[in-house]
Amino acid sequence: MTDPKPTAADDHDHDHDHDHGSELSAMDLRVRALETLLTAKGYIDPAALDVLIETYESRIGPHCGAQVVARAWIDTDYRDWLRRDAMAAIASLGFSGRQGEHLVVVENTPEEHNLVVCTLCSCYPWPVLGLPPVWYKSAPYRARAVSDPRSVLAEFGTQLPLATRIRVWDSTAEVRYLVLPLRPDGTEDLSESELAALVTRDSMIGTRVPLLPEPPLTYSQQSTP
Amino acid sequence: MSQSSTAGTWRSAADMGGLPGLGAIDPPPEEVLFHDAWERKALALTLAIGATGSWTIDHARAARESLPRYSSNSYYQTWLDALDVLMQERGLASATELATGISEAPSVKLPRTLFASDVAAALARGSSAARTPQATAKFSVGMAVKTSMVMPRGHTRLPVYARGKKGVIAAIRGCHVFPDRHSARPTAPFDDRPEWLYTVVFDSTELWGIGAEAGNHVSIDAWEPYLESA
Repeated sequence: MTDPKPTAADDHDHDHDHDHGSELSAMDLRVRALETLLTAKGYIDPAALDVLIETYESRIGPHCGAQVVARAWIDTDYRDWLRRDAMAAIASLGFSGRQGEHLVVVENTPEEHNLVVCTLCSCYPWPVLGLPPVWYKSAPYRARAVSDPRSVLAEFGTQLPLATRIRVWDSTAEVRYLVLPLRPDGTEDLSESELAALVTRDSMIGTRVPLLPEPPLTYSQQSTP
Repeated sequence: MSQSSTAGTWRSAADMGGLPGLGAIDPPPEEVLFHDAWERKALALTLAIGATGSWTIDHARAARESLPRYSSNSYYQTWLDALDVLMQERGLASATELATGISEAPSVKLPRTLFASDVAAALARGSSAARTPQATAKFSVGMAVKTSMVMPRGHTRLPVYARGKKGVIAAIRGCHVFPDRHSARPTAPFDDRPEWLYTVVFDSTELWGIGAEAGNHVSIDAWEPYLESA
């Protein structure tokens, strides 16, 4: 980028996603003014905005982390690699970068369940989970995850055995934590991709556990009226 | 102000760990990432202007948590309000320009621009907080430590609930830039001298008293200046 760009206020050419005929809110107008200004000043490439949105709406999300978890469930060497060097093990599947520069995987066991929070803002492992959900950024979650984690889990419908201890990871620095949940029972015959489909975003934050596999239909179930 | 000062505790509005009375979390069954189209743009604009290298993530966090409207703003409103502050502080844009969207003054030369063709590579590269150590680590895994009781009024990453508490070093995470210095206003010299970073684990009862569930643990990541031997 060099000196002031000669760009005029021709901001609407690239603004192709607004709703024609509907009333624009004050916030709509504000981001439009900001985009116009930053483009006119040459600070941003407006085409980069669309790429950024598309990246975090479609390309980078919990399906990335689910691949890491499913691989760890079926491959003990990979699981060991995750324990030793999560950065390298996760990068080997193609996931790295912004807000995941220092990734650590924390492994649930029958004795200890992991829960991740950022009480100070909304730190979250973007390369494997995408953008954080609204509740993760909310004041009640940030307040209570550290002080009363079992009641937080209950609000997500997660009832752990009372003997299972809870370990909360408050992401106060640039280390980002991904929970490796316990593999559900009855999944011995599932493929890696079928396993990945059970791994929800919340199970990798620790507020929930993975989905259970669909039980196979039996003759008696089929004949039940 | 966005900070509160009660019982001698200066606390950033962003520092929420353990705060009472905030109600239920109420997670929706299906989560949408954006409620309105403008939120998408707010995210993208923040990432794009952030990628110019005009400020660090610590500057951005410091600006957000210092906003008078931090507690009443929505998440992306906070991001936009902080952008206004960060740009004005550095002379990138004036309040009038930000309000009208019309450029009235020459632009400032920024370290770089994020072009559409570079987005994927830039995101995959990220921005490491690790730096070459200037000294050996003072603590090792298993050592007992106590966290600082200092109540800094500037940006810090030691939550109030974990100040003055006894814990144990669970891991050494490397030598990272220190947010308390790295977030200094542009009027002060830029300072990315690193400090050793540790995961420090606490018993729940050490943090929350006898009412807490015994056996549970909470850990924070804490830079060496936050810690002393215990």
